[in-house]
Amino acid sequence: MNRSTWLLLRLLQVIPTFLLIGVAVFVLARLLPGDIVSSMLGERASDAAINRMTHQLGLDRSIGAQMLSFLESVARGRLGDSLAFHVPVLKLIGDRLPVTLLLSGMATLIAVAVAVPMAFVAALTANRWPDLLIRSVFQVGLSSPVFYVGLVLLTVFAGWLRWFPVGGYGDTAGEHLYHLFLPALTLALSFAAVVMRSLRASILQVLTAEYVDFARAKGLRGRVVLFRHVLRNALIATVTLVGLQIGSLLGGAVITESVFAVPGVGRLMVDSIFARDYPVIQALTLVLAVLVSLALLVSDVVQMWLDPRVGR
Amino acid sequence: MRRISVPLWLGLGILALLLLCAAAPQLLWPTDPLAFDFAALTAAPSWAHPFGTDQFGRDMLARTIAASSVDLQIALFSVVFPLMIGTLIGLAVGWYGGWLDAVFGRLVDLVVTFPFLVLVIAIVAVLGPGLVNMYIAVACVGWVAYARLIRGEVMVQRNSDYVAAARVLGYSTARIVFRHILPNALRPVLVYSVTDMALCILLGSSLGYLGLGAQPPTAEWGVLIADGKNFFTTAPWITLFPGVAIVLAGLGFSLAGDGLADLLEVKR
Repeated sequence: MNRSTWLLLRLLQVIPTFLLIGVAVFVLARLLPGDIVSSMLGERASDAAINRMTHQLGLDRSIGAQMLSFLESVARGRLGDSLAFHVPVLKLIGDRLPVTLLLSGMATLIAVAVAVPMAFVAALTANRWPDLLIRSVFQVGLSSPVFYVGLVLLTVFAGWLRWFPVGGYGDTAGEHLYHLFLPALTLALSFAAVVMRSLRASILQVLTAEYVDFARAKGLRGRVVLFRHVLRNALIATVTLVGLQIGSLLGGAVITESVFAVPGVGRLMVDSIFARDYPVIQALTLVLAVLVSLALLVSDVVQMWLDPRVGR
Repeated sequence: MRRISVPLWLGLGILALLLLCAAAPQLLWPTDPLAFDFAALTAAPSWAHPFGTDQFGRDMLARTIAASSVDLQIALFSVVFPLMIGTLIGLAVGWYGGWLDAVFGRLVDLVVTFPFLVLVIAIVAVLGPGLVNMYIAVACVGWVAYARLIRGEVMVQRNSDYVAAARVLGYSTARIVFRHILPNALRPVLVYSVTDMALCILLGSSLGYLGLGAQPPTAEWGVLIADGKNFFTTAPWITLFPGVAIVLAGLGFSLAGDGLADLLEVKR
């Protein structure tokens, strides 16, 4: 199999995945116990109102018919209107998604910038004090819930020192970066811990690989071996890992945005739960799952580009 | 058998302390967590109130200790149900293989594309906030990881000599799977479940903080932090100490999980 065939097959895989995501979101919304209509309308709704809403949502049709029409409207990009805001759900999400993507992107950059050098120091000093110190610090980071880290950073850097705004998003690009810095740092901490931990393990593994011994035996200087051979292979592992972690990053963004009042899709999701805005919750679940599967695709393609063994 | 390592001792020590807090809160700090002390509203930490008091003058040390039983319950229940469901499904998939395994493979691919927290939140949104619904949501999503682990183990064990011997002896499938394979396949799963408890404590307290998990007035660390978040600049101790408790619990479970994995030589 050559590389373009591999790439094509990988791209085609997206289609059944999207279809399955659609089915799963449908099942989630319709088949779980709990009556969506009465929880949307409240307990004191009249029977007429309940019947009208049931009909409006198409809940009086068979499950199969409902699923097909759901998948069809998703494919046409029609995800309904928000019950709370009375605007198309996609517009609501479209307005807020860039904020969440910027936040997640900044968090990824910070996490990688911190984790990669730390993983190197830790691996090269394995089981001596710098390694133990780095691992302990990151272990604490891994055990700290995102909302708590956010509150602590907020208290210290926004509340007491007043270096950063307490929340919000600002109006210009510069303000966006400034407002999102603390939230991104919050989100980056546990992400950096995951990256550091697995990168350290993969560097240790690479360091004992035969081709590294061979490179050393050829008389290459330590630094050349480290950067050409070890770093390259370790980065491949990092790219895969970052791709796999996008899901938990987005999950973390839901909490971070709530703590810092960032107007992204995460906060929209939590707000929608309390507003019983089911079309928005359903659409967001769908959009976020599609995003993760696209991130997995991108990480596979980048991995193919970095690692000549993939797709051969 | 290797020696018990320092991190494992540390993890087990933290867990023992938490169990003590949950089992005998009065023994550690006899103040009533619900008693209002109007002489000390939002009082800073002192000898009388080492963790300070909240806006109603409730002792934060007593409240933090009282919450430990709820958070330990979260760790336990968020792991036990996915563990049981996942084990049964993993045994079936691993033993029978074939189309069952193909379907399972697709299901795993699908679950991986949903952000765990987003999926749990979406399910809680449909069922309504609360601890029981949170357990249901976590079980709906979490069983996959356990089933995957068990499936892998069963696939290895299935072809081993002792299973062939049991077959020759004419034992029933149920007897072979539950009496012979399961005990051998369970070790990595149990080790993973300890690490998973750390994640579940973080998840449970996060949902509590957002108002989707334990509901006030239940004392749960995330709920305590949500209660105090409006005072975070003026009375940071209300949020600080329950947070330290979460970090400690998370550390305890993950150190114990990692330590057990090393001790029992389980691959992760």
